[in-house]
Amino acid sequence: MPPRVPLSVPLRLLQRLGVFVASVVVASLLVFLVASALPGNVAQVVLGVQATPEAVARLEQEFGLDRPWPVRYGAWFAGLLRFDLGRSYLTGQPVLDQVLPRLGVTSWLVGLAMVLALLVAVPLGMWAAVRRRHADGFLASALSQVGLAVPSFWLGILASLVFAVQLGWFPANGYVPLSAGFGPWARHLVLPVVALSAVQSAVLARYVRSATVEVLHEDYYRTARAGGWRTVQALLRHGLRNMSLSVVTVVGLQLATLLAGAIIIESVFALPGLGRLLLDAVAQRDLMVVQGVVLLLVVAVLAINALVDMSYALLDPRLRIERGQVR
Amino acid sequence: MKRAALVIGLVLVAGTVLTALLSLAWTPYDPLAVVPANRLMGPGPGHWLGTDGYGIDLLSRIMVGARIAVLVGVVAVAIAALVGVPLGILAGTAAKAERWPRLVADVVMRGNDILYAFPAMLLAILLAAVLGGSTATAMIAIGVANIPPFLRVARAATLQVSVSDFVTAARGAGIGRFGIAVRHVLPNIAPVVAVQASLAFGMSILSEAALSYLGLSTPLPTPTWGRMLNEAQPYAWSDPLLAVWPGLAIGLAVLGFNLLGDGLRDLLDPRLRESVQ
Repeated sequence: MPPRVPLSVPLRLLQRLGVFVASVVVASLLVFLVASALPGNVAQVVLGVQATPEAVARLEQEFGLDRPWPVRYGAWFAGLLRFDLGRSYLTGQPVLDQVLPRLGVTSWLVGLAMVLALLVAVPLGMWAAVRRRHADGFLASALSQVGLAVPSFWLGILASLVFAVQLGWFPANGYVPLSAGFGPWARHLVLPVVALSAVQSAVLARYVRSATVEVLHEDYYRTARAGGWRTVQALLRHGLRNMSLSVVTVVGLQLATLLAGAIIIESVFALPGLGRLLLDAVAQRDLMVVQGVVLLLVVAVLAINALVDMSYALLDPRLRIERGQVR
Repeated sequence: MKRAALVIGLVLVAGTVLTALLSLAWTPYDPLAVVPANRLMGPGPGHWLGTDGYGIDLLSRIMVGARIAVLVGVVAVAIAALVGVPLGILAGTAAKAERWPRLVADVVMRGNDILYAFPAMLLAILLAAVLGGSTATAMIAIGVANIPPFLRVARAATLQVSVSDFVTAARGAGIGRFGIAVRHVLPNIAPVVAVQASLAFGMSILSEAALSYLGLSTPLPTPTWGRMLNEAQPYAWSDPLLAVWPGLAIGLAVLGFNLLGDGLRDLLDPRLRESVQ
């Protein structure tokens, strides 16, 4: 095989975009097949067990379920291209109309949890690395090990036991939109965000710790220290940028876990987000809503990971190779 | 210090597994028997952890919960390893091969990347929407969602082994790709796979707890750790301890498998002791 010539940045971005589009197509097929090809009759569920076979057949025809699956998939996918997620089998409402009002709740929850996790994990991980041979550094490592083992929804339950039920500082559940005022909105989000971010902080702190330990062994770090920089200064100036690559990768990969965590945290705190919508749709076997929301969440994860990959070129100047240059 | 982590991990894992096995033969009380007179008793000599809102002994329910957690973990990890490891070896051995096996390897890796975007929870919700919630749904969903890390780990380890002298020698001796994979690659990547299995076991206990909290796993009346947490929530005002025990059980079991995995990794690869966790 001839050696692969490194592509220029625009070409690489284009290639990554192509991979993203292909992944979305495959993911949509996967979601559709699991939702539609497995046993279970939507029309039967909608009409109930006492429905006559004729009525079931009529409703199937109305939903278009009598057509072969490739045709149904084609129709669904064509709709996706027009931002049409289909219509709920139960209410007849467009799925998108149900999704849009709930998108904000889940986005705030996931976004704020990720930011909080980073704010906690970066200092904690650095501390654990720098002080790794001391008791306090070991304690920071142990803390993140425990954080990894605790389910976020249990933390949520405990947090609401202490801070909502016993102390009454925050509401135990429910949601108020931002338009109703910043104070009430923030008060309703504090406990869910903290519960969701705790586990993420633990995961990220471990990566920050190992990335920091690597930086501590690097020549440029020793040079900076020898030149009179203090530990914190040297780490912030030289360490952060060098570890940003691996940390950003982990953040991207963790997004899938975070979204899954949000589904259950919304359940614990009765937040009207996408997770709640999804679980209600599962309870009612409303497959069109289920496949629409699942695909939306998966596409969000794929998109973030594509953006993460593309951001490498910006974070690491060494990767900005023009065609023809020697690596 | 590191050795201590391994020992603590082993103790916690042994505790979880033995509790699960013991629950098959014996529990202090019937984990399903409703005794209204014993409702919401605090921890005491008769009931060490107290009783729940139905008057059922909490310790007995936690023991049965351990059984479900371990059962789902074993099956899910087996599914993930049995699919992920062979595919990982395939992708690893074919990565430097001629055109078409490499194409297969590329397709496998791309598929793996896509699967990475499906967390166990989403897969389980999708399956539960179609099949209904059950222990099998949880096993399959958690198993499938855990394939990608196994595949990646097996592929990376295979790439490392593939350049070693004994593989080159075996290839020179005319042993085919399959023979090399089974006789030389598999035994050499087994330790790495064991580490991944331990970590995946912890993950799957967490996922099972989440799914059973949402009612998407083992159906009533079998007690599971997740469902116990769900049932404890209405009693948050009066009996907060109900929500503490199952969470502690989950946390200790997962911590055990995580520490065991980390400890094994340190033991197997001294180079990783310092830098990578």
